Amino acid sequence: MKPGKSLRLTAAALAGVLALSACGGGDQAGDDGPASLRMTVWSANEAHLKLLNEIADEYRKSHPDVSAIKFDPLPFENYTTTLTTQIAGGNAPDLAWVFENSAPDFVSSGALLPLDDTLKKAEGYQYEDLSPATLKLWQDGGKLYAYPFSTSPFGVFVNTDLLKKAGQKTPAELIAAGQWTWDAALAAAGATQRATGKAGLVIRDFDYKGWDNLSTFWAGWGAQAWSEDGKSCGFAAPEMVEAMTTLHKAIFTDKALPGPGTTADFFAGDAAMTITQISRASLLKDDGFAWDLVPLPAGPKGPYAVVGQAGIGVLKKSPHADAAADFLAFLTNPTNSAKLAQFFPPPRQSQLTAETLGKTNPKLKPEQLQKVVVDGITSGVVKPSHAGQAELSQQVRASLDPLWKPDADVKAVLDGVCAKIQPLLAK
Amino acid sequence: MSQTDTRVGGVEAPPTLGGGRRPYWTSRRRDQLTGYLFIAPQLLGSVVFVILPLLLVVWYSLHEWNVLAGTFDFVGADNYAALADDPNLGSVLRATGLFSVGLVVLNLGLALLLAVLLNQKLRGTIVFRTLFFSPVVVSLVAWTIVWGFLLQDNGGLNGLLDTVGVDGPNWLRGEGSAMLSVIVVQVFKNVGLNMVLFLAALQGVPAELYEAAEVDGASRLRQFWRITVPLISPTILLTSIITVVGSLQVFAQIAVLTQGGPGTSTTVLVYYLYQQAFQFHHFGYGATLSIVLFGIVLALTVLQWQMRKRWVFHES
Repeated sequence: MKPGKSLRLTAAALAGVLALSACGGGDQAGDDGPASLRMTVWSANEAHLKLLNEIADEYRKSHPDVSAIKFDPLPFENYTTTLTTQIAGGNAPDLAWVFENSAPDFVSSGALLPLDDTLKKAEGYQYEDLSPATLKLWQDGGKLYAYPFSTSPFGVFVNTDLLKKAGQKTPAELIAAGQWTWDAALAAAGATQRATGKAGLVIRDFDYKGWDNLSTFWAGWGAQAWSEDGKSCGFAAPEMVEAMTTLHKAIFTDKALPGPGTTADFFAGDAAMTITQISRASLLKDDGFAWDLVPLPAGPKGPYAVVGQAGIGVLKKSPHADAAADFLAFLTNPTNSAKLAQFFPPPRQSQLTAETLGKTNPKLKPEQLQKVVVDGITSGVVKPSHAGQAELSQQVRASLDPLWKPDADVKAVLDGVCAKIQPLLAK
Repeated sequence: MSQTDTRVGGVEAPPTLGGGRRPYWTSRRRDQLTGYLFIAPQLLGSVVFVILPLLLVVWYSLHEWNVLAGTFDFVGADNYAALADDPNLGSVLRATGLFSVGLVVLNLGLALLLAVLLNQKLRGTIVFRTLFFSPVVVSLVAWTIVWGFLLQDNGGLNGLLDTVGVDGPNWLRGEGSAMLSVIVVQVFKNVGLNMVLFLAALQGVPAELYEAAEVDGASRLRQFWRITVPLISPTILLTSIITVVGSLQVFAQIAVLTQGGPGTSTTVLVYYLYQQAFQFHHFGYGATLSIVLFGIVLALTVLQWQMRKRWVFHES
């Protein structure tokens, strides 16, 4: 075979391939046909998706220009990674659920469409009703880049059957006696573990990796991962050392929390108590164990609350960004917001009453809603978040690892965390 | 194809004399076209899914790519310069080396041992061959998840150790034991494949060589080193290349079992570049790391290929 010819042929083949691959992307921009919207969500829970789909169906009835609205559940553990990979791959969703820990990155990146105008313009929207405290994380330069879809306080779900079996007082009894403190909670958890062999208290989604969930614990000591301005590390501060020393003792000496590498699912009946958000109430089974929902125990600094937030943003890159923003305005209008409130506490002040929340929340009692949700949202601190959170989070995780051993030197490990992350915070 | 077309690809047709007009589609051209059409689907696939992405990785490594902001800026060799300042790279390369050495030694050693044992004409060897080979056909992630449960502190392995009075470590949480666990999980997954390759090689060793050695009074061990090993050395070369290259690409086991922890003790190169690109959004730097990986794999493969002349029997 002559080299010249084979080269020509190869070149022709390559050109064909390039032409083909060039056609692959980019043919969506400027699409004027009926919009098909896709929104990524973290939850694959049937009840959540059913409600979302009902609202979407209703929207489509009055909006023939939107042909389909699809809710695309991505696994919780890799949610943000999967989402950014989709964006990088040119397969960005039209709307995306964004967690508080990646909020600073998303909000400041310019990837999201400003929503103020669309929301304010929407009929009967009552924008002023949105609590300013809940909007703060999602604003940049006075513009709102994501709607605070869920402002969900952390509470303690309690398996009262298990506690009673172990002869322990229930948190409700402790609250009534004014004794609902971390000391009492950890003592009850440890005693239940020893009496029943089940886990005492599980900080859900922590699993010795998701350390930001520990803020539900250390906030009781007044500790924080980093300062308000995000510039200085808080891990080596005395209140953090005290909180982590208590936690370390609870795990390794009193066995009040399951140790590293041990899994226990509260909702399967494997643990006496778990700290998690109200949206997880949907995991409770009607015919399961007797349960209660109570606020976080008081720490040495008194009672406190921690909230997790999630927002929904519209991707600027979406060919149907305007239609997506319009759907978001519908999804979060007062009527739908009240419906969604059973899983996702809304930022609407008028709806943050035990009475409104109770209407759609048959599983929770008004008193539970008042104490955990309404009080939590008004007084809670938001879980730690920072620009470049993923890298920061990985460094904290890696340098906290030496803490999860029985003989760890708590102070030394926490100093090590600060040594690792201070350069990143200072960036 | 007509009967006169007996040429095989690559053999030059005799030059035609006279230079008279010939139709463009000579049988030779037709043959060539047929050939290209036959390889077109495969060629297209490898160009689109292998060669193009490979070239793009080089291109990306010269850029700073922020996925969220949608910026893609040319930064020249900055990402390569950043390699020298990366405080994690040393520990990442150490972990990668440790994993590879551990895997290659354990995998090849165990595969050869199993192959020699199962090459004996004893009852039940077929059952054992099947047992050791079966993990190869199991889904990698499913295999790893099950091992994750077994290796938990209160998991199956420690439960088993408990029955014989041994208090097992928390396998995936100790720095040394986590690496060991990841290696062993991977060894058991793939040892069957190497075992089968070794078995095939062992069965190709002529029996009369052993008979002759026995007549000469050579011990079993001496027979193994002097006859078996040299004669199966091409297979040893093949399996060692496959295993080394595979060990450098380990990802799923790390992602499922340890996520690079505890600390950074099991953060191997592929997992680290995944973190950089997909978690920290440093796609440019991630691409640079993958070029480092490419260089390492290439260098090791070339080295092994060169060294074959020293110890592989059939080559000279």
